[in-house]
Amino acid sequence: MKLTICGGRLIDPAQQIDEQIDIHIADGRVLALGQAPAGFNPERTIHAEGLVVTPGFIDIGAHLREPGPSYKGNLRSETKAALAGGYTTICCRPDTSPCIDSSAVVQQIQDKVELLSQAKVMPIGALTQGLKGTHLSNMAGLQHTGCVAVSNMRQPIESSLVLRRCLEYASTFDLQVVFYPEDHWLKADGCANEGALASRLGLGGIPASAEAIGLSRVLHLIETTGVKAHFGMLSTARAVEMVSNAQKRGLPVTADVDIAHLIYTEAEIDGYNSQFYVEPPLRSATDRDALRQGVKDGVLSVISSAHLPHEEAAKMAPFAAAEPGMATLETTLSQGLVLVEEGLLTLPQLIERLTDGPAKALGLSVGGLSVGQPADLCLFDAGIEWQVTHDSLFTAGENTPLMGQSVKGQVQFAIVDGEVAFERA
Amino acid sequence: MTSTTNTGPVSDPRHVQLTEDGKLRHFLTIGGLTKEVLEEILDTADSFVNMGEQSVKKVPLLRGKTVVNLFFENSTRTRSTFELAAQRLSADVLNLDISKSATAKGETLMDTLQNLEAMGSDMFVIRHADSGAQHFIASQVAPNVAIINAGDGRHAHPTQAMLDMYTIRKHKGDFSKLKVAIVGDILHSRVARSQVQALNILGAEEVRLIGPKTLLPETLKGLGAKLYTRMEDGLKDVDVVIMLRLQKERMDGALLPSEGEFYRLYGLTTEKLNYARPDAIVMHPGPINRGVEIESAVADGPQSLILNQVSYGIAIRMAVMSMAVSGQTQQKAQLNQEQAQEPQDNQNAQTNEETSR
Repeated sequence: MKLTICGGRLIDPAQQIDEQIDIHIADGRVLALGQAPAGFNPERTIHAEGLVVTPGFIDIGAHLREPGPSYKGNLRSETKAALAGGYTTICCRPDTSPCIDSSAVVQQIQDKVELLSQAKVMPIGALTQGLKGTHLSNMAGLQHTGCVAVSNMRQPIESSLVLRRCLEYASTFDLQVVFYPEDHWLKADGCANEGALASRLGLGGIPASAEAIGLSRVLHLIETTGVKAHFGMLSTARAVEMVSNAQKRGLPVTADVDIAHLIYTEAEIDGYNSQFYVEPPLRSATDRDALRQGVKDGVLSVISSAHLPHEEAAKMAPFAAAEPGMATLETTLSQGLVLVEEGLLTLPQLIERLTDGPAKALGLSVGGLSVGQPADLCLFDAGIEWQVTHDSLFTAGENTPLMGQSVKGQVQFAIVDGEVAFERA
Repeated sequence: MTSTTNTGPVSDPRHVQLTEDGKLRHFLTIGGLTKEVLEEILDTADSFVNMGEQSVKKVPLLRGKTVVNLFFENSTRTRSTFELAAQRLSADVLNLDISKSATAKGETLMDTLQNLEAMGSDMFVIRHADSGAQHFIASQVAPNVAIINAGDGRHAHPTQAMLDMYTIRKHKGDFSKLKVAIVGDILHSRVARSQVQALNILGAEEVRLIGPKTLLPETLKGLGAKLYTRMEDGLKDVDVVIMLRLQKERMDGALLPSEGEFYRLYGLTTEKLNYARPDAIVMHPGPINRGVEIESAVADGPQSLILNQVSYGIAIRMAVMSMAVSGQTQQKAQLNQEQAQEPQDNQNAQTNEETSR
């Protein structure tokens, strides 16, 4: 389809563009910015006055729940939710059921995604077979079928030798590894940030050192193996400092923080509100401030959603017995805009953390709007207020602490490969 | 916008347990309660404490009410004293040992509760292994059902703490002149957490926690207590020594090397009790492990109040149950009054309250 988007404020951090500029699209790709090429005759023109036009957002690490328990979500519901949140590409987690450790599962996901023609899905494969931490997965095969990275999620790899072998093998194919650093044994049965609050509430604490130790172990092996690494969902000040130092030493590492850890602190769990039970746990205000500073400085070049949808019943239990996670795909933009409103980030910086940042971190061909790139775009109204309700969300997940509240900023259009894949009614 | 929001299944527990005018309607935690409420509990218990010696051991305060003892964790002592307390208040009592029935069949906590509510219960006395479980339940049950916490995870055991406060007040008097030491496995103890809060609210001069660092995390300082690792320092000049039960499984989790070493360092022997003031009292929430945390000579000695605690426990539980039912009744009356919105309703509410008593 030939498409023109005119009158909007185009922000493309990859090209350092932030101005009112028209964009012309043909054959699924960006054809021109500004002046339409001679003889270009669009089939549709979107008048984007008052809207911000950006590359479609990219998420690292959303859980799309398929294959797996479909009552928590599935590819249909979650890729639609992605579009409604401005995401045109989701790099989904491997800890599905069965997990993404074989080409067959990757193929199954891809076939379904193609039928749906909603958001693009680029799976992250399992680093070890069954995520069990003992045998290498068929990484080359996973990469060949379309996995953009591999990860063992939060499942431990007990033997440092196995971990080293995993990294050596992944680096053979220049395959990126995503880590969620955490010392499994220090975490034990914890569900909250270790500290005075968890102590008073009688909840098992997870010390900040669990993240630092997990991170430190991996950093040493990255140095010896040279593998490209990305750290997901960091939660502590110490981890930001460690990643920053590693980057200064020239190690090939990037990192992200999820939106919940930029907005909330552990104070939210006082009262046992299980909507705030997430992994890693919400930490102290000092940690949140360091994470915010890390995003501002670019040490954390990505803001991730950490989207993990659950049915209502999953949270209807005492805190530690509830299931961890938040459904966030459709509210990450609004909460990101709060950071802009508070002056932490400029709007282009926020967009960069949602587009160019993740694209560079995982070496993806999307995330920018240069001529010739895939025409994946997001058009949003930064000022509009809307109510977060069961009916206003497309995700199957009921687990958001924002339910019933009013937030600002909403996606109006999402365009995938030049086609209008989402248009808000 | 978001940092202060708190929508979700559970609201602030410290407010959940009180009516609008600060009366108890659930009893979930000591935290957030005023000195007045705690003293009201102690005073009310005072009026019940000698009932065990009377020939008719009943008052009609809970006549016609159904109390369900819901124990998701095993307990003999606490459950029996709650049962006796409810019976002495003339309530109908149903004991459910959930650890062996419903949840074992895959029923969720919500399902269990809805079933029990449908049976028309007025009060749930609950013990649960998850911290905060009773807060969760209190936020989910029908508004007129009172929840009494009989122990949740590592969080709180407020009736135990109140019976301990009762014991201390009865035998030592004014809290403001008292130094109290709590000894043993503080880390896992819901009893210790509730005791520290109660002692602080009642104005104790000093609260000390004593144990090895594996069982005494620094994070407990926030509760309002001084931490000690040596008995001779921690017990020095204290008026009250509270020993905690040591679970045998603590040896497995690399928290302690052996019971023998624990006893040598932290077991309360006659010799170690000499560090405390000569008139110090010794308490223990029970059941005691003789030769692990306490020497028999001390447990059975003249300074020990361990058995008194048990009998006071019935009075405290009667006090809390009767106060919660009266708080519920008041709140119901208030709600009716608001709904009717007529001037003479004020009178009706009062009448309601009186008839319910």
